Amino acid sequence: MRWNGAGALALMAGLAVSLGFAQPATAQGSGSATLDAAKTRAQILCGISGQVPGFSLPDSQGVMRGLDADTCRAIAAAAVGDATKVKFVPTTTQNRFTALQSGEVDLLSRTTTWTLGREGNLGLLFAWVNYYDGTGFLVKKSSGVDSAKKMDGATICVQPGTSTELAIADFYRVNKMKFTPILIQDLPELQGAFLSGRCDAYSTDASALATFRFSQGPKAADLVLLPEIISKEPLGVMVRKGDDKWFDIVRWTFIALITAEEKGVTAANVDSMLTSTDPDIRRLLGVDGDLGKALGLDNKWAYNVIKQVGNFGEMWDRNITPMGVPRSINNLWTKGGLQYAPPMR
Amino acid sequence: MTDATTAPRVRPPASVVGPWAWLRANLFKSWLSTATTLVLVYLIGRGLLGLIDWGFVNAVWGVPYNAQGVPDTASCHAAKGQGACWAIIADKYRLILFGRFPFDEQWRPAVAVVLFIALYVFSAIKGVWRKGIDSPLLRTAAAIAVVTVLATNVVGWLGGILGLPTVLGDILHLIDIVARYASGVLLLFVWPAIGVWVVVLSAIFVLMAGGVYGLSPVAVDSWGGLPITLILATFGLAFAFPLSILVALGRRSTQMPAVKMICVLYVELIRGVPLISVLFMASVMFPLFMPPGVNVDKLLRAQIAVILFAAAYLAEVVRGGLQALPKGQAEAADALGMTYWQKTGLIVLPQALRLVIPPLVNTFIGFFKDTSLVLIIGLFDLLTMGKIALSDPPWQAFPTEVYIVLALIYISFCFAMSKYSRGLERELNQARGR
Repeated sequence: MRWNGAGALALMAGLAVSLGFAQPATAQGSGSATLDAAKTRAQILCGISGQVPGFSLPDSQGVMRGLDADTCRAIAAAAVGDATKVKFVPTTTQNRFTALQSGEVDLLSRTTTWTLGREGNLGLLFAWVNYYDGTGFLVKKSSGVDSAKKMDGATICVQPGTSTELAIADFYRVNKMKFTPILIQDLPELQGAFLSGRCDAYSTDASALATFRFSQGPKAADLVLLPEIISKEPLGVMVRKGDDKWFDIVRWTFIALITAEEKGVTAANVDSMLTSTDPDIRRLLGVDGDLGKALGLDNKWAYNVIKQVGNFGEMWDRNITPMGVPRSINNLWTKGGLQYAPPMR
Repeated sequence: MTDATTAPRVRPPASVVGPWAWLRANLFKSWLSTATTLVLVYLIGRGLLGLIDWGFVNAVWGVPYNAQGVPDTASCHAAKGQGACWAIIADKYRLILFGRFPFDEQWRPAVAVVLFIALYVFSAIKGVWRKGIDSPLLRTAAAIAVVTVLATNVVGWLGGILGLPTVLGDILHLIDIVARYASGVLLLFVWPAIGVWVVVLSAIFVLMAGGVYGLSPVAVDSWGGLPITLILATFGLAFAFPLSILVALGRRSTQMPAVKMICVLYVELIRGVPLISVLFMASVMFPLFMPPGVNVDKLLRAQIAVILFAAAYLAEVVRGGLQALPKGQAEAADALGMTYWQKTGLIVLPQALRLVIPPLVNTFIGFFKDTSLVLIIGLFDLLTMGKIALSDPPWQAFPTEVYIVLALIYISFCFAMSKYSRGLERELNQARGR
């Protein structure tokens, strides 16, 4: 297969290219090939994980739920006017970037950290951060520890080869403390070791810690998530380079979600907000101005998004709050968080 | 009649035959054997009682749900260790079996699974594989219809890439549909079992994909669970087996060195790399070779990878059977003036294949389970759907129950396969078994 298949394929692809058949979809109308294609098929193709609770996971009815899934729905509402017109394409950590590069998906909303390497090397662009994550610590309440700085000499359960391992080592070196790592590859095994008391703390991404704590049911109250977050993992929405119009749509749809939360526009009150006198809300909902036109969309684009999906706060409450994760740095900048929307005018 | 001359028939004493004698002879022969028996009976009994307690008596069969539909698993957490939490199965069984298929339409994958099982049962009935009407005309017509279906699909696919005019596409589509029906009907007459397979598999495909007969279309990305496992395994082995016979014959060919070399290369290359890497090629590398905007369906890519991989392994099994056959059989066929295909089809293969039934079934069962590797390219088969059901935070603490159910499903399919193969062996080897 490696030789036969690949050789034949390369030959076929080469033939197609040399004969000039494989022309990239030419941009007409909106100026965005991705948007035109999405409109033609009346659907956007959204790469998700499909396996991460709170972000994208099918519920018992098989409907994709989570912050990443709702992000896809918001883009669909903006681009084709209907939040249900999303084809969720499950991707793995290995094939997620290929899927985006090859056009199998229009955007990737898959708990992917925004780094220089990925933007610089892979031909991809991060449109916005939908979740600020970071490495945290979970300890037992009975230990009495309330700060990571008080954990000198602690044993910590951690998966080997992860960025978590690196972050902990850096944190302890900087704070001139000592720790003993217990490295276990298998996740349930690792969690079992922590619960049975083999280590004092369990460390991984804070969102995963909170979800694990939540999954313990009545015993969740015995576990405490320490306030320190010791590394930066901004998880974002990505598009291909080379289609700036599409990048604008994805980025500004997200900014519209945050603006709506800032202005108190929700799915429930968006209709009554149409008569609001606040110029920001009037521009956002397309009553005044031509913001949608500037993006190559209908002026009602943001109205559609908020009406069908809600604002960012509603997305959060629907998907992340039930996991027992506090809003903290993911809150609006006015409430002490990092989500700051540039002006929409 | 001759009562006076024969002694009355007396049953042998219970200490020599019958269940008691068997027990005495096998389980209580000496004090050591008696002690072992008692200890084992105690251990097995305790284990069984514990299992019954865990699985039935103390089990939690359902949990309450709050207004948002979130389950309250407190009773399951309370019973953990003493009783099973079957509530997770009650909550998730449709997700595990049918994946993200639209909830209201899940009767379609359910019927598809029933059709698959019916197809297996049908294929196992004695005598259904006999040929039908022996008419060269019908045979030729069926062959033309099948080739037409293949040709229209390949041309249609290439046309999609090259941008052929739509009128031509419509004509192709029409020819394709006519040829499909024709090939199904003709095959039913010429070779009934193959015809049934073609018709049933087409019905399964229509049920899953929809888009015709008033069924709403469902994209392959929403398929999941048991249908994916059965599709990959059934199509994979149904295509890999004939391919493997050709490859095995090619590898033993003495007249065609080029064909032989291709077969050797194919088998050695595929066997030299793990299935995961073949799937990975199909999923990650393949799209990069294609012109932008051309997508070959992910399931089809995985399916072709599975077929190519299984065929390489099966080819070596079949070759083992060919090697084991005494040379005299082929020479006798040559002496009778048979052509190569007559010799192979009537003399060599029937004997060679029956020799290798155990390793063939071994490979079949192995591949049935290997299909769960498609997880790495983002296809969600039965096992993966089980894992996804377990990712739901309220249920994360109850993996045992889900894995038990998955194991039972896998065991029932694999055991049926091995049971059938044992029956087949007995029947085919009656002549040798004396």
